[in-house]
This record gives sequence, C-alpha cells and structure tokens, in this order.
Amino acid sequence: MGLVEAGKVPKPLTSLLNMSRKYSLWAYQWGLACCAIEMGAAFGSPRYDVMRLGVIPLPASPRQSDLLIVSGTVTDKMAPAVRRLYEQIPEPKYVISMGSCANCGGPYWDSYSVTKGVDQIIPVDVYVPGCPPRPEALLEGIVLLQERIQNEDMAERWRGDRGDPIVVN
Amino acid sequence: MTTVTNREQLKYISAQAADARVNLEIETEGMTLNIGPQHPATHGTLRIVAKLDGEQVIAADPVMGYMHRGYEKLSEVRTYPQVTTLINRIDWLGSFANEVPFILAAEQLMEVEAPPRAQWIRTLLFEMSRIANVVLFLGDMAVQVGAVTPVFFAFRDREHVLNQIEAATGGRFHPNFDRIGGLKDDLPRGWIVETKQAMKKMRAFCDEIEDLVMGNEIFQARTRGIGVVPADIGLSYGLSGANIRGSGVDWDVRRDGTTGLGGLVHKELDWRVWTHPDGDSFSRFWVRLQEVRESTKMIDQLLDGIPSGSIMAKVPRIIKVPAGEAFVETENPLGVMGYYVVSKGGLAPFRVKIRSASFNNMSITPWLLTGVYVPDIITILGSLYFILGDIDR
Repeated sequence: MGLVEAGKVPKPLTSLLNMSRKYSLWAYQWGLACCAIEMGAAFGSPRYDVMRLGVIPLPASPRQSDLLIVSGTVTDKMAPAVRRLYEQIPEPKYVISMGSCANCGGPYWDSYSVTKGVDQIIPVDVYVPGCPPRPEALLEGIVLLQERIQNEDMAERWRGDRGDPIVVN
Repeated sequence: MTTVTNREQLKYISAQAADARVNLEIETEGMTLNIGPQHPATHGTLRIVAKLDGEQVIAADPVMGYMHRGYEKLSEVRTYPQVTTLINRIDWLGSFANEVPFILAAEQLMEVEAPPRAQWIRTLLFEMSRIANVVLFLGDMAVQVGAVTPVFFAFRDREHVLNQIEAATGGRFHPNFDRIGGLKDDLPRGWIVETKQAMKKMRAFCDEIEDLVMGNEIFQARTRGIGVVPADIGLSYGLSGANIRGSGVDWDVRRDGTTGLGGLVHKELDWRVWTHPDGDSFSRFWVRLQEVRESTKMIDQLLDGIPSGSIMAKVPRIIKVPAGEAFVETENPLGVMGYYVVSKGGLAPFRVKIRSASFNNMSITPWLLTGVYVPDIITILGSLYFILGDIDR
C-alpha cells in the first residue's frame, strides 16, 4: 500500500475503496455484560438485523475483523485480554464502545475492580451511551462510523490521525 | 487444578479401561485446553481450564472473576433506593427479579407491607422477567449443539415480553421499578389486554421450540445421558432452580418458601412445579421449557385477579432502615437468590451478602466435567445456564 501511505491514490479510487470498506465491516463482538444481550438483539434478531447495513457479525477470530465492539463492563482482570485482542486486529481498525460501563465505568464509577472506561486501554472511535443502549443506538453508531469511513483520507489514517471520537446522542 | 477425588478417579479409570485397546495403539499425551475468557459458549467471560487426555477431560477448573464488579462493597456506600439501581444488573436477563428479594428484606427490616395491588404487580413482573430470561436459554441451548435458527426465534419472541416490561416500567432491560413499600407507578392503560396477547405468543413460541429442538435426533443424542447430576450430589453442591428440579428434586421456593411480610403471591395461584427424573442436560432443558409455559399461565391468572387499591404504602421520604438483620430468598429465573441485609440504622446498608444462584450452579462444574468429552463441555455448560454477572457479582 505504498501509494496510499504517500497519499497518491486518485480521489475516485479512494472513494471506491472507502465504499467497499464501509459495507464490509467484519465486527468482532466483545460481549461482556448486559450490553452484550442488546448487541445480540441488534445482531441476531430479525427486528434490528445489522446485516442489512453491511456489517458481518461473528468472524472466526479478531485477525479477520475490522471493527471491535466492546459492550459491557471491562474489569481490571479483563483489561489485558481486551488490549491483546485489539492488537491482533489488522489495521485499519475501528472501535465502538457500547454502554456506560465501557465509556466511563457507568454505575461502577467507584468500584475497586472496574476499569473506568475502555478508552484507557485502547483508542475508541464511537461512543454509544446508555445503560444499556437500545439496539437502535448501536445501529446509529455503526451508521455514523460508516459515514466517517466513506469520507476518510486513507493516508491520514495511516499516519495515525484518527480524528475526534463520534458520540451518538 | 482441582484435585480429583476417589469417586471421580474410579469413574475416569473405568472410562479409560473401555478405551484401553485404543490407548495402547495410539498413545495420547495430556494437554491443557483453555476455553475463554472470551468464548461464545461461555455466555460472557467465563474461563475454563481443562486438562485433557485425548478427547477426555481429566480435570476442569472454572476461573471466575472476569466480571467481578464489587456489588457487595458498592452497596455499602449507596442508599437503599440506589442499591436497587445497582442490583438490577446482577442477572441482566431477568432484571426485575433481582430487585424483589432485596426490597423484601428492606421492607422486613422497616416493617412495612406493600399493598395487595403492588404485591400482585410485583409477582406479575417477576414472572415476566423469568420468561424474558429463560426464553433466551431455550434458543441458546440449540446453538450449543449447532442449530442456529432457534436463537433468532428466541430474540424475535423475547421482544414481545420486553415491550410489555418497557410499557409498564420504562426500561427494556433494567426496570428499577421496585420501591420500598410498593412500586413506582401503576400499570398503563390497555396493558392487561396487550400482555395477554403477548402470553399467547409466548405459548406459541414454546410449542415451536418443542417441535424444532426437543424432538431433534441430534439434540437428543447430544444431551440425553450427558452431564448427569444425581440428586444427592446436586444438593450437596447447592444447586437450585431448574438445575435441581431436572434431577428430580421437587423443591421450589415459590411454593415451599416462607412468604414474609408482603411477599410474592405465588401461593394464591393455580400452578405446578415440574421435575424430571433423569438429571441430564436434556431434562434441565425440558424443565425450563415447562416453566416458561407455567409462567405464562401464572401471568394470565395474575392479570385476571389484580386487586384494586393503591400501589404504595406509607413510607417516609428519606428512607432510614432501623438496625437489624434480614434474609429473604426468592426463586429467581436462574435459581434461588437471596439477600442478607444488615442495617445499623443508617441511610445505607451496613453489609449486603448476595446469595446468587449461578455461583452455586457453577461450583459443580469441576465434578461434572471430569470424564466427559470436549464437545460435551459446551452442552453441559449451556444446560447449567449461568449468567456471568450472577456468578461474579
């Protein structure tokens, strides 16, 4: 990808590339707590059905995925595993933090065993607030992320410029 | 690693003797298999370290604590109404059922009795959260043996119950609806008719699952005679709920427990406790399916019989619980859940001990998994049906 790194890809090609990336997001689901059930409802139930957005749930391993959805409470015991699996995802990768616990610790803000926000260990692209967020809120987070991917300059992404995180509201 | 007791050793040796001829030809080496902490079959973040000999498990050790959020300690720095918000999230599938025993314990200490209407609506929501919880198990158990469709049906039909819970309480998942002395609100208009229709749909779902899963030959081969828990062993490990009723023990706190001051009204309803003599994975599935049906029947009776009146007893605005101790247990979707609340007369409890069902149900796994084959680990764990928040708290 030498051309991309140098920022020399012509614009129509970038747009085409981004469009194909946007509609084939393989989502690695990190279901941890209550939010995992709402994520399951968004991914597994016919009422919400995430596949129509071009997101493919259940990749066999993080090495095949583009998008990490951390849903639920990250505890200090779990944090090293989250970090390790994040590092196994190939670039370019995106992270959605779902629910209050993953955003900031949520109702366990004063607990001795809970990590106060997954952004302390991995960079986050989209924050979905709620305890737990409705499946619709997660879908909106995914749609907003797709918009960002469409307008993304690949060269900047490669240089490590992730942009400000998106907050669903 | 857990030490293997004599009884397990004998079981293991007899299994080995059957395979002796094969083992002579192909020598197998021991290996350690790590399942989890992130594995679809573990319902979250359970980790199991299994020592294997070929395909057979010699010893299995559950590693817990990946979801430990410190409820008992946090309860000491929250006021009583705030604790309700917190404990909603212990068993996240049947949230309302978590609130009830704690509120009952606090009511016992304050010597407040909820008015009859509140008691009936409590029981109603209690049983609805049981349906919301167990329906997902019925779909999920099929996933553990390789059938994916039933879980989509479960997610689809679970929405009918969640809609009703949301209409009544305002929360899809975590209602936070129970108050000391009653309930937050009365039921909305038209709710009773809609709930009756939803219950009809849930009964149809049960029939569908029975047709789709229980008669299936693969499902029967994977669950019948697998993971057998004898009644005495189950009781000594403290199993409760459908897990022990699946072993033929006729015990249900809803029927046999003591209802304290203003408890739940199950004893006024016409229903029965289902048991199954086999004690294997299949019987646990069967008992849970019957319980969902029984719950829908209970809800129909509750809807017909809700008494009129107020939904809140007279309680002071700022809740101070007098000094004392109380223990209340109820039959939650996963088994018996109890709260031991110690008060020193302040705004917050002095100590809360939570007896959650899944922790005890989980504790049998080292015994149960010894001697089974690797694919059966998944079906046995699935049929024991635990929720990680309920184990680690």
